[in-house]
Amino acid sequence: MSVDSAVDITNQGSDIDNRKNGFVRYVFFSCALVTILTTLGIILVLVQGSAEFFAEVSIVEYLTGTNWSPVIRPHSYGVLPLIWGTLLITVGSAIIAIPVGTLTAIYLSEYASPRVRRTIKPTLEILAGVPTIVYGFFALSFITPLLQGVFPQTGTFNAAAGAIVVGIMIIPMVSSLSEDAMSAVPDDLRNAAYGLGATKFEVSTTVVVPASLSGVIASYILALSRAIGETMAVTLAAGMHPQITFDPLEPIQTMTAYMVQIGISDVSVDSIGYKSLFAVGMTLFVMTLSMNLFSMWIKSRYREEYQ
Amino acid sequence: MSTDTARSPFTDESGQIERKRQIGRLFVAICFASTLVGIVALIALIADVIYESWGWVTWEFLTYPPSQSIENYLPGGRGAGIYPALIGSIFLIALTAVFTIFLGVGAAVYLEEYAPESRLKSFIEANIANLAGVPSIVYGLLGLAIFVRAMQLGSSLIAGALTLTLLILPIVIVSTQEALRAVPDSQRQAAYGVGATQWQVTRDVVLPRALPGIMTGTILSLSRAIGETAPILMIGAATSMFIAPDGLTSPFSAMPMMIFEWATLPQAGFQHVAAAGIVVLLTILLLMNAIAIFIRNKYDPRS
Repeated sequence: MSVDSAVDITNQGSDIDNRKNGFVRYVFFSCALVTILTTLGIILVLVQGSAEFFAEVSIVEYLTGTNWSPVIRPHSYGVLPLIWGTLLITVGSAIIAIPVGTLTAIYLSEYASPRVRRTIKPTLEILAGVPTIVYGFFALSFITPLLQGVFPQTGTFNAAAGAIVVGIMIIPMVSSLSEDAMSAVPDDLRNAAYGLGATKFEVSTTVVVPASLSGVIASYILALSRAIGETMAVTLAAGMHPQITFDPLEPIQTMTAYMVQIGISDVSVDSIGYKSLFAVGMTLFVMTLSMNLFSMWIKSRYREEYQ
Repeated sequence: MSTDTARSPFTDESGQIERKRQIGRLFVAICFASTLVGIVALIALIADVIYESWGWVTWEFLTYPPSQSIENYLPGGRGAGIYPALIGSIFLIALTAVFTIFLGVGAAVYLEEYAPESRLKSFIEANIANLAGVPSIVYGLLGLAIFVRAMQLGSSLIAGALTLTLLILPIVIVSTQEALRAVPDSQRQAAYGVGATQWQVTRDVVLPRALPGIMTGTILSLSRAIGETAPILMIGAATSMFIAPDGLTSPFSAMPMMIFEWATLPQAGFQHVAAAGIVVLLTILLLMNAIAIFIRNKYDPRS
């Protein structure tokens, strides 16, 4: 009896079950394959669109020209004003988010009680969950009027307002990721420094921050990469005026804002405007991808290992 | 004894320790002030939106199509609002949810339960990490070239949903993987021990246990998708639609597109309409997050 049932169990329905198991495995594998296809799709689409664009426009003019006017005559295809606009927003937002985010991370990791940390960290992360279109509105209806109160020459659309809201938006990226890195520093290091007579300030700045530097720097790069790819807030706040200017109170245009401009206009598929979308998209993709890879590399290369 | 204390190393003869204390206090104050910057910005943002929208979020606003003239939004006007975009967003997210749950859970189950530790697995995972960092507008270009043009779906609801699915897929996969990883291995071994196949273990043991975690992660990702403007703008979602979409292939508008349209209209008063739209969008976001947190707290094995 017991021998019989043992034989029964191993054979019962196993053929169908095994075939089903094999089939399901392929279904799940195809789902995972979608992510690879997405990457290939992005690269293919960008390369093909850019190739069509560069068949008509010289790549040297694109990369070195200082005037961008692909739709309005006289045509000119220098992408530098768009890159300049993007960099202005990125540097401006870094000036806000990096000090504020780092000091917030130090406060949360070294000074705040666990209860305070548990409240403040998720509260700050709400900032990262607010849709970017809302930041655009906030810039137009609050930040720009505020700037106009201080500097009357501020335009309705200006780079500063865009940089400020993008800076606010990426604070939680810097603070949360840096806090994670700082909290991972073992207490032994802190206690050793206290034992030598260091104050809490000295422990924070000369022990914890250097020990967590790879994670902190990686969070900066990731946040800046987000700032480069940010679209709706800068479109609404900073305007659609591609120019190379040092004055943050003037309107500019970022790469992403240009793409929106073409996106909402009715350009035909054959037009140079449509093709330029992919060239600009490619430029944006290469910039953000290399920053993301760089961030990952720093994090793994310079990680301090503690047991 | 008392003379000794004067030479004790613990006395602060030169005032050095006191100075260090002051630096320490100043530093805490600066760190705390920085923490407040983010919180104050969040409060200012919410206050600004509520202030600008005060009195503009009415029943008519939720149930009427948009209008070009501001009078129609005012009390006593013909009635105008966000209705087609609200319905468009709900359809868009429902459709995205269907695609995302299928693909995201499938991919995560493959990576966690089926895939052997191999170069292929780590390649797929590294690729997912990279995809999460691709700007959303680039996904818009992908959707435009593949779904709208190549597959000829046009600027339809389904093209929008597919684009948003690819956008949030990396986040859904990673959060689902975490949920699957939290299922104790002993439970899998117990099921294998009674002769279950891998699929039976996954279907009857792992997935039911991981379900709350999967739901939480998916809802949070969908709440990100509902606020996305750039990708659906690139695939050609309408800025103003006067009727709600009625099928998979019908053109659509969505709340973020509508808000973008209102925020750029030069006519005075439209910033209040845009703010009212933002209140509706944020309310839905808040609801989705509340549901996700509720599920997490109710089914969290640690609580």
